[in-house]
Amino acid sequence: MTYSVTDIWIIILALGAGTFLIRFSFLGILGDRQLPPWLLRHLRYTAVGILPAMVTPLILWPQATGGQLDPVRIIAATLALAMGLWTKNAIWAIVAGMATLWGLGFIVP
Amino acid sequence: MTPSSPRTAYLRGIRTALPFVIVVGPFGLLFGVVGTEAGLNIAQVMGFTVLVIAGASQFTALQLMADNAPTFIVVASALAVNLRMAMYSASLAPHLGAAPVWQRALIAYMNVDQTYALGHADYEANPRQSTAEKVAFFFGTSTPIIPVWIGATALGIVLGEAIPPALGLDFAVPITFIALIAPALRTIAHVAAALTSVVMAITLAFLPWNLWLLAAGLAAMMVGAEVERRMEARR
Repeated sequence: MTYSVTDIWIIILALGAGTFLIRFSFLGILGDRQLPPWLLRHLRYTAVGILPAMVTPLILWPQATGGQLDPVRIIAATLALAMGLWTKNAIWAIVAGMATLWGLGFIVP
Repeated sequence: MTPSSPRTAYLRGIRTALPFVIVVGPFGLLFGVVGTEAGLNIAQVMGFTVLVIAGASQFTALQLMADNAPTFIVVASALAVNLRMAMYSASLAPHLGAAPVWQRALIAYMNVDQTYALGHADYEANPRQSTAEKVAFFFGTSTPIIPVWIGATALGIVLGEAIPPALGLDFAVPITFIALIAPALRTIAHVAAALTSVVMAITLAFLPWNLWLLAAGLAAMMVGAEVERRMEARR
């Protein structure tokens, strides 16, 4: 990370202010009005649309291995996904993923 | 439940939210650990947690900062993750719009995934509550959730300073994202959006300044919305 202290605080403050404005938008400013159905339909997929894109390079070419495919990380990610789909519980998914990473990390150094 | 009051609504809010402390705590803890390992100081990690209170977008910002993405891209991408909260705000407005503006501002600040979900479910289940009761219920749900989120991050900072980097914690971030995505894949449309997101991230990886992230997010939203529209049209 090569940001100046000012840059880091600009990120924090801008993200804080922007997030508040998103949350305050209808409650505080726009009031009680219906969102058009097409917009609601898009908003429903913001998190599930962006987060997988975020994850993909972290799993396929992780910095910790110098960008090389790492079978241990791919297996750990797959098991975390399977556990999350199965239990619908984020915490169990994390436990499965990290336990696999550490467990296999001991076997395959 | 006849003679209800803001006081009982507040206490009911606290009781309803207590189990969700188990979900919020570990994420706050993890952000403290990973933020510290990434090189942020205590004030900066706490700044994120107190001013933003949105785990997924905080981790997004952190990950892009680890890649040294431009400041504007970091903020825009992390904000894009939070766009869903405009929907939360809109769906609370009919219930809370009559409250004083300072209360609505405070509710907006504390409107996280858990408090929103609990508040909205309660208003739908008991629609005849007064505005004061609805506000009190929301403050009740926030009373355990928000302090635990902030406290857990502080604890995570202490742990982060003690944990050696060799523990593979860099991988805790993608694992956390997967853990957030998997339970959200409720419909074909959600799955289609997630798959689009993955494919676009790979094919657009050449784009500079991490722009592939916003492009993939936008494409995935459009695919998700379109699949939903077609599924509904078929019904």
